[in-house]
Amino acid sequence: MKATRRQSVVSTFQEIKSQAESRWRELQGGKPVIMVGVATCGRAAGALEVLRAIKGELKRQRLDCPVVEVGCMGHCYAEPIVTISKPGYPPICYRQVNPVIAQRLIREFILGDDPCLEFVLGALEENDLVPSFSDFPRAKFEKKVILKNCGHIDPGQIDHYIVNGGYAALAKALQLKPEEIINEVKRSGLRGRGGAGFPTGEKWKICRQTSGEPKYVICNGDEGDPGAFMDRAILESDPHSLLEGMLIAGYATGARYGYIYVRAEYPLAVRRARLALRQARKLNLLGNNILGSDFSFDIKLFQGSGAFVCGEETALIASLEGEPGNPHYRPPYPTTNGLYGKPTVINNVKTLACIPHIIQNGAKWFASTGTEGSKGTAVFALAGKVVNTGLAEVAMGTTLRQVIFDVGSGIPGGKRFKAVQIGGPSGGCLPESALDLPIDFDSLTQAGAMMGSGGMIVLDEDDCMVEIARYFLEFTQRESCGKCTFCRLGTKQMLEVLDEFTKGKGKIKDLDMLIELAEDIKAGSLCGLGKTAPNPVLSTLRFFRDEYEAHIKEGRCPALMCRDLIAYYIIPEKCERSCDACVGTCTVEAISANEKRIKVIDQEKCVKCGTCLSACPPQYNAVVKLSPPSQVPASK
Amino acid sequence: MTEEKAKVKHRTRRILNRFGRKRGNLIPILQKVQGELGYLPREAMLEVAQFLDTPEIDVYGVVTFYNQFRLNPPGKHSIRVCLGTACHMKGGYITLDAWKRRLAIDRGQATPDREFDLDTVACVGCCVMAPVTVVDDKPEGKVEPTKVDGILLSFERERERQGEERR
Repeated sequence: MKATRRQSVVSTFQEIKSQAESRWRELQGGKPVIMVGVATCGRAAGALEVLRAIKGELKRQRLDCPVVEVGCMGHCYAEPIVTISKPGYPPICYRQVNPVIAQRLIREFILGDDPCLEFVLGALEENDLVPSFSDFPRAKFEKKVILKNCGHIDPGQIDHYIVNGGYAALAKALQLKPEEIINEVKRSGLRGRGGAGFPTGEKWKICRQTSGEPKYVICNGDEGDPGAFMDRAILESDPHSLLEGMLIAGYATGARYGYIYVRAEYPLAVRRARLALRQARKLNLLGNNILGSDFSFDIKLFQGSGAFVCGEETALIASLEGEPGNPHYRPPYPTTNGLYGKPTVINNVKTLACIPHIIQNGAKWFASTGTEGSKGTAVFALAGKVVNTGLAEVAMGTTLRQVIFDVGSGIPGGKRFKAVQIGGPSGGCLPESALDLPIDFDSLTQAGAMMGSGGMIVLDEDDCMVEIARYFLEFTQRESCGKCTFCRLGTKQMLEVLDEFTKGKGKIKDLDMLIELAEDIKAGSLCGLGKTAPNPVLSTLRFFRDEYEAHIKEGRCPALMCRDLIAYYIIPEKCERSCDACVGTCTVEAISANEKRIKVIDQEKCVKCGTCLSACPPQYNAVVKLSPPSQVPASK
Repeated sequence: MTEEKAKVKHRTRRILNRFGRKRGNLIPILQKVQGELGYLPREAMLEVAQFLDTPEIDVYGVVTFYNQFRLNPPGKHSIRVCLGTACHMKGGYITLDAWKRRLAIDRGQATPDREFDLDTVACVGCCVMAPVTVVDDKPEGKVEPTKVDGILLSFERERERQGEERR
């Protein structure tokens, strides 16, 4: 690029940046700033009610403080989260805020000077007043790169992203040659975060070197793995980081158009991404001659329609072309024959979100984190039976134990850890013996799971391994596109066998058939969905065969989960005559009191929903689950 | 009935005017049409096929391939039970049973009075609030059978209030 053009990029970006800064300063104006986390997880916990309460109270008190709607900080267990930055105090986060607490925070902290320490989650900076996040045990393992901005900036304000260093990487990239960027990405060792772990720089290079116009960059945001929500959080909390990554990818590969493919189940992510695109276009960060350079690029948003298989790249392309999402045979790969037959780069949301950081801080900086074969950080969605549910970003090579027990604070309720399910329907369940495995692309695959996109469901002693295998197979069976016979019919067969197991009807020799079917499905399927569908069954069979055998041989579910193999029973000696808690809550009126006022469950009517078990006061603890159901003493 | 069909055709055409005649637009068009009509009636699909100059079977094939598209009208309130991994392991299937029992319909159906329709969704990504049910686009966390009754009760109250106001 000519020196004058380079000059123009620098000055145009400086202009945009200083305007954003002055607008932002004006908005803040030395007043206390209140931030409310309103990503989907916050909303489910009641963040919108909190937001309304805050705005109402500010109006009542005639206070003029900016209220900023931010995304998800990753501490989902503490939602709704409100952060208050008042001059003279460190920025303080409050947990599980409800409308009443919100009003108190305004009256006592904003108006008064009491920071209401009883509601504090932590401070964002180190200080002498309240414990900060860096004092948390998890801080030792967390390394925020992609999630750095999430929950701290307003995803609906491009200014806020720019003020925090946004789009500087784009300005820097536009002054480099595309080949230099590709080399930088290659040197960083970045591998695709969608699960397969293909080197990103290599992918870009192939696309750049292949002739064909126009080229495309597609962001794969079809995060269909049940139990994974990292991409959702990024799209909802920091959409511009993704846009910036796509722009740099577009410039490096010589692409003209980009698509963000977001799944339909994420309506808020779709809205946020659309808004981000509009704002970027307005500042000429998208469109023709971006920042005065000769690079032109535009991005469209495409909403998926609820098909898991569209996370597979060739199926995703078919979907963009208006076809049913049937995968194609590879090669040719999309890098040479992609959307409308043109060279196309498809990257995961997290991969693209890494790019601005690599360009800005250099490949060496990025590669200084992680292991030999897997550089950078890994983002996980922690859910299930774990205390600190939410998002965690840790260096590659951190062990599963550190993520679950240090970042996630272990299992709630004093229960025992049983397994961790990683990689969704393509992954597997790893037992306690695997907890010291380092998390990277290669170790997890060797252990029989896979990195997947990063969903991590922690399972405890109450979770049945046969049931979870059945659940995943039911999912893949339903989502199979039907193209390959082995996937279409094989998964159906496997599901039928597992269904029988959970009803206590299986035979021991069925276990061998399951393994045989699993191998055939892996060998006979075209795409990742079919190739990996048997993984949850194989891994549970490998590590928890005794549970399968208990179901088959004894008709017993050791975890007391499979409904056909359990019964609820009220122990007469423990039942309290004067208490009616279970009778009142039973959803099907299956519980009645006998002549001694002892409660009895009518096993015929019982639907095994477990409401009585949670209703029974802990001091009596009279309701128990029994397996097999024949253990229930016959009523007199 | 024919009047109804004509109306569907008219509304579909109005939506089609906003799109180019490109096959790649098929899914966005169907999404828009469903967004406005609530579902994809036969007449609408025929209009779309004609507009894109594609065989009708291709449009029907796409509609039935993707989970989001529906062929019959929805209820006034939509109930979507999340069956993601976390929700399932925390009893999402029990919640689904409770909805089925109370509404007396199966998944994919609407109540005879078209007040509610019930369906499942693969995962809404609110795994930390499991089990989740999305009620009219609002994700509700920790929905156990007793909360199902609570949500239905609040709709009932709402209806009663509206009834009183009308009187």
